Amino acid sequence: MTAATVNHAGPEHPIRNRLLTWWTILRIALEERLVYRGDFALGTLMRFLPIITQIFLWYAVYDSIGRTASGESPELGGYRFADMVAYYLITMIGRAFSSMPGLASNVALQIREGEIKRYMIQPVDLIGFLLLTRIAHKLAYYTIAIFPFAFVFYLCRDYFTDGWPPAPQLIAFFATLIMGFLIGFFLEATIGMVGFWFLEVSSLLFIYMLFSFFLSGHMFPLTLLPDSIEWFVQLLPLKYLAYFPAAVFLGKIPPEELPMEMAIQAGWLAFFIITCRLTYAAGVRRYSGFGG
Amino acid sequence: MPIIEVENLVKSYRVYKKREGLGDSIRGLFRREFRDVQAVRGIDLTVEQGEFVAFLGPNGAGKTTTLKLLSGVINPTSGRATVMGYVPWERRNEYRRRFALVMGQKNQLWWDLPAQESYRLHQQIYGISHDEFKRSLDELTDLLGVRTLLGQPVRELSLGERMKMELIAALLHSPDVLFLDEPTIGLDVIAQHKIQTFLRYYQEKRQITILLTSHYMKDIAALCRRVVIIAGGQIKYDGSLAGIVDRFSGSKIVTLQFAAGNQPADLMRIGEVLDTNWPKVRLKIARADVPLRLAQALSEYTIEDVSVEDPPLENVIADMFNQVEEESAAAPEAASGGAATRKANAEHAAKDLSR
Repeated sequence: MTAATVNHAGPEHPIRNRLLTWWTILRIALEERLVYRGDFALGTLMRFLPIITQIFLWYAVYDSIGRTASGESPELGGYRFADMVAYYLITMIGRAFSSMPGLASNVALQIREGEIKRYMIQPVDLIGFLLLTRIAHKLAYYTIAIFPFAFVFYLCRDYFTDGWPPAPQLIAFFATLIMGFLIGFFLEATIGMVGFWFLEVSSLLFIYMLFSFFLSGHMFPLTLLPDSIEWFVQLLPLKYLAYFPAAVFLGKIPPEELPMEMAIQAGWLAFFIITCRLTYAAGVRRYSGFGG
Repeated sequence: MPIIEVENLVKSYRVYKKREGLGDSIRGLFRREFRDVQAVRGIDLTVEQGEFVAFLGPNGAGKTTTLKLLSGVINPTSGRATVMGYVPWERRNEYRRRFALVMGQKNQLWWDLPAQESYRLHQQIYGISHDEFKRSLDELTDLLGVRTLLGQPVRELSLGERMKMELIAALLHSPDVLFLDEPTIGLDVIAQHKIQTFLRYYQEKRQITILLTSHYMKDIAALCRRVVIIAGGQIKYDGSLAGIVDRFSGSKIVTLQFAAGNQPADLMRIGEVLDTNWPKVRLKIARADVPLRLAQALSEYTIEDVSVEDPPLENVIADMFNQVEEESAAAPEAASGGAATRKANAEHAAKDLSR
């Protein structure tokens, strides 16, 4: 995708040089991430607090419905209580991949403050650079968060009533997570680049966050929505940020539909990569137009 | 063959025209008025390889815009320019590897990390070999005396130290052309001097081409043999620093020292009295009239000492800026705001120059 991250001089080993450049960007971004260790540790750990409230909330919801006449646990949109908690836990992983804190606002800030100039002067590609730094952020986050994540999943292991999914399903799950990360990245980078026109994107970002919160399936499985709305929400790309990976993991997507669904996700990814590139190119032209 | 060739370069852009007050702010939500500002109005310039050229001019004269055009940050409205044979605004990587732009404190460095980390990244981005990188970095850090600061986070450095670090970042890949926008702005005298000495040494040794903008006369006097004066988006002068006085100053400063007790009251006949500090009097006399007026003074009064000098360069340039600003005030499509702003700009520029 981001083939032209850094167009490199080194004529002897172009591929090796490019990989080295990527590695350097990654390493430096990682180091930068670890500078503010207090904020980093707190931010990582605090992510786990909402789990408890969420589990209690769903418990109360299911409890109020009571048991069905046949004595089975009630279902909401095809999810029993245990499924719902498992769903919530898996969407947390999905969100950890696809959420991009600070990305759009930072891009807009760099445009406003003129720091974007650097990417016009140096032989480096802004989008590739941002992607690598974002991967570094995620790596730093996961290196630390893997321990609390593992602990929480261990405590909640009983909610995963079906155990581990079969290998192909698991592979599909990881593929959707990675595509979800990339969709999230290119979508938010594009929002940031709207800053070439509006300079301030925080309201736009707020609207996006609001819709994303509900329509990505972060709060509840999309199958809970009324049919009249659900078909439309299922058409949107937002579901690939949280709902879809979780549904794949929990086996809620029928196996015969899975390849098609993943192809559609890949299609959305291609769409956002192209949109992001075009917006950047148009933005740079505009920037050049008004000075800055 | 010239390394930089600029031909009739024009850059104008639209700015939002907002009047004062809440009412107009609300009206601005629905309908906005724009006006065209011509930042650069037809510049022609040729620079040979190895030249060190200064752009001098008041705020808003078009100096920085010209540098931005030449480094490809912005596209021109019309006109042509090539640097080392490349059209800057095509932003080709081959070009971008061969020049550098340092624009004040808008840093190329990572704020939270030591500068050496950013330098490593530059090494990769520009494809600098390990040996070359080490040699350049050693040379630059020694010249600027910042070796001990390499491991310190950039945010903890002083303004002057940061500027030195920025310069290193810009020079690591040994660019052939360097654009410097106000490299000593806000720095104390010692740091200014250090950066001047460094730039002079580095330029002489490497014979790179440098275009520098500055408000500070001292920068320019110390570094550049060639000065390009830009005002109102146009080149008003292109030549040596000393040549400015010959070209723009029509008068000389004559100091007369009178014999004790001799205080004539009718000196206006000789020239414009600048100040009196008996027995010394300073007069401004039109260049062509100097011999005649001087002979007249010597014959009419008892004078013990005489000196004839050119007026200070700063004053000549400030006068010239004022003149240009007044001319462009008369033209409706002029670059900056109202007449008052222009006057303030010119005065500010004059103040800067004398620093």
